[in-house]
Amino acid sequence: MKNPLDSLSGTVICGFILTLVLWYIARLIVSHSLGAGA
Amino acid sequence: MNPSTDWIFRWFHILAGIMWIGLLYFFNFVNVEAVKQAAAAGEAGPISKYVVPRALLFFRWGAVVTWIFGAALLGGYLAPNGGNGFVAAFTLQGAMAPIGIGAWLGTIMLLNVWGLIWPNQKKLLGFVPATDAEKAKARRIAFLASRTNTMLSIPMIFFMATGPTSMSQIIYH
Repeated sequence: MKNPLDSLSGTVICGFILTLVLWYIARLIVSHSLGAGA
Repeated sequence: MNPSTDWIFRWFHILAGIMWIGLLYFFNFVNVEAVKQAAAAGEAGPISKYVVPRALLFFRWGAVVTWIFGAALLGGYLAPNGGNGFVAAFTLQGAMAPIGIGAWLGTIMLLNVWGLIWPNQKKLLGFVPATDAEKAKARRIAFLASRTNTMLSIPMIFFMATGPTSMSQIIYH
């Protein structure tokens, strides 16, 4: 399997996918902390 | 947050960050392909001799200055529980989690610069002796570390831009 980081487009696409995954995790942490404080 | 120091930390954090990430994008979006074409024409020597060492100097120290001012900025924040903002961010506490994820990404990128990119570039530029086999390995490691940082810069800038602002009310709730 080809390494996506070998191409610029693969690198940028991986960056956007990682952003989406980390945004979801951040959202879970923030909403969990609001629930705990309520 | 202390308004009397916050603005200056933020200002220098952004200035140095542009220097760092701007040069990272120069390497990845411009230089890699330019060197490949110049090498095919037998003209890559001047780029390696005059451009790359100078770019790497501002690149690696830009990374350090960015991190220091970012850390100082976080340290000036008061966490929701009253604790230190730097600790709350790096331990991903509640509302500090988004900027904390950005801070972790920036820290990993800084470690990549000083632990992988710069030591391997020194071999490629002839600053430290290396055999042809060692140079080939160094080229691959430096390339992948640089591409990893380009990939990480995308979420890192997202969290830097959205984490500590009023936008976070919409984006993370």
